[in-house]
Amino acid sequence: METDRAKLDNTIAKYGNDRSLLLSMFQDIQREYRYLPKEAIKYVCEKLNIPVVKGYEMATFYKSLSLVPRGKHTIHVCMGTACHLKGAPGVLEAFERDLKVKRGGTTEDMLFTLESVNCLGACALAPLVRVDEKDFGKVNQTSVKNIIDEYKRGE
Amino acid sequence: MSVSIQRLEEIKKDFLSKQKVFQKTIRVCCGTGCISSGALKVLEKLRTALKTEGLDEKVKVIETGCHGFCERGPIFVFGENDIFYQMVGKRNIDADVSALIETVKSDKIAQNLLYPDPNDKTKKFVATREIPFYSGQQKIVLHLNGYIDPESIEDYIARGGYVALHKALQMKPEEVIDWIDRSGLRGRGGGGFRTGRKWRSCREAHGSPKYIVANGDEGDPGAFMDRSIMEGNPHAILEGMIIGGYAIGSNDGYIYVRDEYPLAVKRLTKAIEDARRLGLLGDNIFGTGFRFDIRIFRGGGAFVCGESTALMQSLEGKIGEPKAKYIHTVERGLWDKPTNLNNVETWACVPLIINNGWEWFANIGTKNSTGTKVFSLVGKVNNTGLIEVPMGLTLREIIFNLGGGIQKGRKFKAVQTGGPSGGCIPAEYLDTPVDFDTLTELGSMMGSGGMIVMDERNCMVDVARYFLNFLVEESCGKCVPCREGVKRMYEIVDRICNGEGREGDIEHLEELGKAVKLGSLCGLGQSAPNPVLSTIRYFREEYEEHIKHKKCRAGVCKPLITIKINEKCNGCMVCARNCPVSCISGEKQKPHVIDQSKCIKCQICYDVCRFDAVTIE
Repeated sequence: METDRAKLDNTIAKYGNDRSLLLSMFQDIQREYRYLPKEAIKYVCEKLNIPVVKGYEMATFYKSLSLVPRGKHTIHVCMGTACHLKGAPGVLEAFERDLKVKRGGTTEDMLFTLESVNCLGACALAPLVRVDEKDFGKVNQTSVKNIIDEYKRGE
Repeated sequence: MSVSIQRLEEIKKDFLSKQKVFQKTIRVCCGTGCISSGALKVLEKLRTALKTEGLDEKVKVIETGCHGFCERGPIFVFGENDIFYQMVGKRNIDADVSALIETVKSDKIAQNLLYPDPNDKTKKFVATREIPFYSGQQKIVLHLNGYIDPESIEDYIARGGYVALHKALQMKPEEVIDWIDRSGLRGRGGGGFRTGRKWRSCREAHGSPKYIVANGDEGDPGAFMDRSIMEGNPHAILEGMIIGGYAIGSNDGYIYVRDEYPLAVKRLTKAIEDARRLGLLGDNIFGTGFRFDIRIFRGGGAFVCGESTALMQSLEGKIGEPKAKYIHTVERGLWDKPTNLNNVETWACVPLIINNGWEWFANIGTKNSTGTKVFSLVGKVNNTGLIEVPMGLTLREIIFNLGGGIQKGRKFKAVQTGGPSGGCIPAEYLDTPVDFDTLTELGSMMGSGGMIVMDERNCMVDVARYFLNFLVEESCGKCVPCREGVKRMYEIVDRICNGEGREGDIEHLEELGKAVKLGSLCGLGQSAPNPVLSTIRYFREEYEEHIKHKKCRAGVCKPLITIKINEKCNGCMVCARNCPVSCISGEKQKPHVIDQSKCIKCQICYDVCRFDAVTIE
């Protein structure tokens, strides 16, 4: 993917060229491209005079950053304790079956990326699924299809 | 011009006089739970309806933070007569909005929106204060949650906000620390270290500048109290931090918030901007010459960053690997400078102690654990949600009185506290008063306050495996005992769950657990074996059943169970239609059969059957 250098410069400037805010910069870039393009890591690190390897270290340590392109919608199946006890593993399996991808994978049409997350903090509504910014509470294996369909219809 | 106490008084008067035009207030819970349950949609319709009826100038609708009773969302509460409406818009949104309008107009109570007693559906509660879930609580930290608009600093000030800050700034810093110390406040993030003592060490530490950090990286699965405070009453955290800054001698504060909490970031950002605008943050606060400012830092989805040293590494722009604590962070923390880190709930306690006096706080709770604690009561309990209770209440009171007992009338098995660092407490200890020390004695810990209730359909070996898997994923990998030890423990427990357990596995787990505890660098590793060790301690027979008899009594561990259809089946075909692998066959109105060779044990058939015809063996 072609990265827009002017935009990257803006992001760096937004955080005052402050190296300690590298994570925030990466998060902004990821929001723009839905992943962290390698060129962007290289460019930002060089600009800030940080070894590129430090940029990669960052990108692989923090779970919110991804080095591979993600689908248009990210599905987060919450795997917190309350969700686990109320059937989240089954919900995740149902998504895997319906989308035909494994956890962490992206569908061929680049529409969905399926992820699990270790607690979204809405435990009273377990099991919880978050698609992009929207939360679905008390999900079960049979309602998984409806959630997927809702987003497919939107295309 | 700096802010003055008179200015606060003016803001308060101005705000209250503006409220006089309203005849009614409706407080709408806009916490994350209620928003996921559809609160915003109902709210939008309500606003439109009020406008159509010409009532929008007379009724004030407040979008508040979390009310705590997430199970029953969306929640709408009428301010004046405390009418508590729950699950509004869940069945019929238009009818429910009309009912709300009726209540506005004529105080007519909509019976179908009232909260029914979970054990006696005919009994309904009208007022919030009558509902056992609320009446059993003592809200001091959450006292404004659900009342104020978290995005309005004026609302916070109108309820006495920032008066504690003014009071503290008239005191000597040492005196402020003395008050916090005498109040007995202990860190709400998990460790339970005396807050006053920590502050004093940081004040006395050499080096400058000094830093203040609020830990809002609430990573414990099953816990969301910090989130609710950040979203519902952000100014309480800021006020506490400014007071802390003054007491310790620091001018810079950071709030570290989880990446998974976008609403908390939004509300804290707004709160900081507003506080700066009024001069409550910045130079010369209350004309005392004291300067303080706060910045927000978003985490990157790493659990280990909730550990203080890892959090500070992350703040410095590095990866969040913990450091050994030979030297405490109060002496050398962020950028090797003295740093005082507290959990957001701890910070929110500070203004209360300054306002009401340390004696007041010390009188709540138990001797060595003073004050209240916010818990997230979740899992297989009827009333899930957020509660605040005085320390020393028993587990039974919390789970059965406030929580309304176990869902579907099933049997209580255990309660898990302390997240992945804690343990599972069985039924025989239900009468234990909950405080920092008793939970530790039981092999668990307070942690940040997650309380996850389990019933007979939860397998304790599976729970242990769950936490180990969590810790394997979240271990930062810096030290070997945690990185490798926990993984080996996971492999053993996974084997047991798969029916491949061997004689000696339990002893091996205990031995490994001890080694990981002893050898790990940070709190994450040192407490990682707790979920396994505590389940072995209290539920050893379940481990043995898995190993010797290849049996999972809860019906959770897939390789150990068989799903069958019994003679109760009337051939309604619902299970066959829902089976993802089409392994259920049979004619209409005749008992169906599961093809065991194809069955993936997803248990959908069990969930959808309304005739108890599907059994798990």
